[in-house]
Amino acid sequence: MLENIDLSLVNWSRAQFALTAMFHWLFVPLTLGLSFIIAFMETMYVKTGDQEWKRITKFWMKLFGINFAIGVATGIILEFEFGTNWSNYSWFVGDIFGAPLAIEGIMAFFMESTFIAVMFFGWDKVSKRFHLTATWLTAAGANLSALWILVANAWMQNPVGMRFNPETARNEMESFWDVFLSPSAVTKFLHTTTSGYVLAAVFVVGISSWFLLKKRHVLFAKRSIVIAAIFGFVSSVMLVASGDGSARDVAKTQPMKFAAMESLYEGQTQAPLIAIGLFGKEHDDPMHRGSDQEFLMKIEIPNMLSYLAFLKVDAFVPGIKDLVLGNEEYNIMSYKEKILRGYEAQQTLRAFKDAKGHDDAEHARLKAKFDDKEWLDNYFRYFGYGNYYDPNPEQLELNAFKIVPPISLSFYAFHIMVILGGHFMLLFMVVLWLIYRKKLESNKVVLYTALWTIPLAYIASQAGWIVAEVGRQPWVIQDLMPTMTAVSKIDTSSVMITFWLFTITFVALAVAEVKIMVKQIKNGPKEGGHK
Amino acid sequence: MFGDLSHLALQQYWWIIVSLLAALLVFLMFVQGGQTLIYTIGKTNMERTILVNTLGRKWEFTFTTLVTFGGAFFASFPLFYSTSFGGAYWVWMAILFAFVLQAIAYEFRSRPNNVFGARTYETFLLINGLLGTILIGTAVATFFTGSAFSVNDMNQSQWELKSHGLEAALNLHNLSLGLAVFFLARVLGLMYFMNSVKHDEVFRRAKKHLLINTIPFLVFFLTFVVWLMLRDGFAVNPETKEVLMEPYKYFRNLLAMPLVLILFLLGVVGVLLGIGASILRNDCTKGIWASGIGTVLTVFSMFLIAGFNNTAFYPSTYDLQSSLTIENSSSSHFTLTAMSYVSLMVPFVFGYIWYVWKAMNNKPIDEDEMKSGDVHVY
Repeated sequence: MLENIDLSLVNWSRAQFALTAMFHWLFVPLTLGLSFIIAFMETMYVKTGDQEWKRITKFWMKLFGINFAIGVATGIILEFEFGTNWSNYSWFVGDIFGAPLAIEGIMAFFMESTFIAVMFFGWDKVSKRFHLTATWLTAAGANLSALWILVANAWMQNPVGMRFNPETARNEMESFWDVFLSPSAVTKFLHTTTSGYVLAAVFVVGISSWFLLKKRHVLFAKRSIVIAAIFGFVSSVMLVASGDGSARDVAKTQPMKFAAMESLYEGQTQAPLIAIGLFGKEHDDPMHRGSDQEFLMKIEIPNMLSYLAFLKVDAFVPGIKDLVLGNEEYNIMSYKEKILRGYEAQQTLRAFKDAKGHDDAEHARLKAKFDDKEWLDNYFRYFGYGNYYDPNPEQLELNAFKIVPPISLSFYAFHIMVILGGHFMLLFMVVLWLIYRKKLESNKVVLYTALWTIPLAYIASQAGWIVAEVGRQPWVIQDLMPTMTAVSKIDTSSVMITFWLFTITFVALAVAEVKIMVKQIKNGPKEGGHK
Repeated sequence: MFGDLSHLALQQYWWIIVSLLAALLVFLMFVQGGQTLIYTIGKTNMERTILVNTLGRKWEFTFTTLVTFGGAFFASFPLFYSTSFGGAYWVWMAILFAFVLQAIAYEFRSRPNNVFGARTYETFLLINGLLGTILIGTAVATFFTGSAFSVNDMNQSQWELKSHGLEAALNLHNLSLGLAVFFLARVLGLMYFMNSVKHDEVFRRAKKHLLINTIPFLVFFLTFVVWLMLRDGFAVNPETKEVLMEPYKYFRNLLAMPLVLILFLLGVVGVLLGIGASILRNDCTKGIWASGIGTVLTVFSMFLIAGFNNTAFYPSTYDLQSSLTIENSSSSHFTLTAMSYVSLMVPFVFGYIWYVWKAMNNKPIDEDEMKSGDVHVY
């Protein structure tokens, strides 16, 4: 029952995790992409022997190092918080979720930390080729770490390859490859890492444009821009392609998230895509969440949403109403029905536990249910919905609407991400065209645009995180475990204290990082370094 | 290959891996120990810079080993992760903060415009060295002394004390291990300086402080071990899986597993040998190797007596039957099998780390290297 849940504990735990994850995600995308950009630059140095390339490599490497440190510092917090704040979660899915974390450590983190030492300290200790190999391996290590955590995250969005074991009361892995190679994992990895590449490319192009505007280190800046803009353009094409795949995957596996991203209340065929939209007032009627979002303005592309989701212009895209209340015509089960079935699955598990040691026949009968594929598909599949059960039918109806994610936030985050993604691609095209025409240096508008695109890249990156994680609410594991049941049973005040401690720490770290970065950038490639 | 092993065999295999990671972590905490000695051993700015950089080239290995230890523990014994992390909240949070501060301290310390000044970042290193070692030692000691938690039939756990882990730091037996780890880390840190820094003054001071730190290390270590051998332990009835108290359980575990006893004794001898040689012999720089290997063997064998021979490795003093054993807290047969294949990569990982370290450590760090413009300096 929902009244048994301490919502303030849930909210503070969520706030703390969101704070950490978003702060972590401020620094990681840059390292994902910059590591490759540096590797390309150093490759140019090794191939040509030109010292200017070495200077270029070392400058960006320095910024990489500063940024990397914060990524490491915040990464460990996330790993701990799975246990400290999400205790029930870490048991319920630890059998699947823990493995990628361990593999990440063994495969990726050691690779990163070993070869990063060569990258920074090995210039005069190892051969040029050894050093270059180390730089490439650091990039590979950084991206491998992203792979495993994203596989784990994708599994939370679309749990596959596992089976529930009533004896241990948890989900257990049945197929490693189903988890690793699920379409959600593949698209999530590609989309997330390429977003990091694009952000890093925007960063390098932006900073280099500033040097061009200041007429400092012109050769350095131009060479940096060439590498970054090519890398950025190729990455942005991949970003759009993987984003398209990702959206299709969401439409299939998380239709509610998809509906929220588009604020689609009533499902329809030939559904239009809202290219740009601005909400007016939002009524707070809990029985009709999402129904009365009024748009102040919106520009639609006809049929596009149906096509985007199912590659058919006349495909039916279910809206929030269809998903909550059900739609017989399109064979969509209502949330109320799912809640009842989930509740039955939960009660079956309870009865199974109670029968243990008391009634062997009943125990065996109930155990058989958890081996019965039909029952698993029709009841256990909705296990998490059972937490929204209420014996009072009116309250039950009301609870169904609580399984809707925040709509405005999902909608805006999604649209900001998509629009900015287009902007980045266009920027790289223009920059490359101007380089080809040898007119970049004189085009101040483009140079300033490139510079001011840097913060936009960070906004897009954070927006992407919001779409993925807020759009998934109220689930921590889609359909199986609501966020509210995943928390550790600790005092809210403890979480509040750590939340504020983290906030203070993060603000201090961010201030120091930004000031150090700005100073290093201002010093430029020749000077720089340490005191 | 692994798929044919019994669930218990896989659980034992993973307990060995987790124990090995813990053992390596304690050895690698020479970085933390060294961090608490920067001002004791380094009297000038240049000396301190040399020390920070000597440690700075290894800190990520300690950090990565900690992260991998956590990840491997989560993946192989998730009930420990959910029970201990979610319950002993404050101990884990304090450890976490100590390591967060470390992760940025090296990189930011000597950067221009770093807002808080080099001293602040050096203080972060000190806090990490102090809290990191003592609290990790204290947390590990609860494997023998127990904690107050319960686990229900859905395997959801609950901590039964409001202090959420802080109580562990007030238990004297736990604290004796915490302090033993702290002084051991300092001893190892000093021997690491003697090995990796080419600087006469640093060498002389490190040698002098080695003796000063060895004495408290021995006092706290012996206190912990003797106390451990004498106390009742948390035994598991192999038939009924019932947990019960058994006198001298850990001493009996050593006797029941002679190989572990040999490893333990070899480890202790190794640690002492390294320290002895460093103090007594002139210009001995290799002490870290004997003591390092000794540390790994000692910690490894202590983890084995915590989890093997029908022992509950994470006992509950609140409800004995809620105690965690390697059998009731592990991942499924399938997951342990899959992860066991991944573990085959570990020798390869060791291989490249060894190769890279050798390539990078051809010569010890000295003043000239700190002044050369061609290398990244913290």
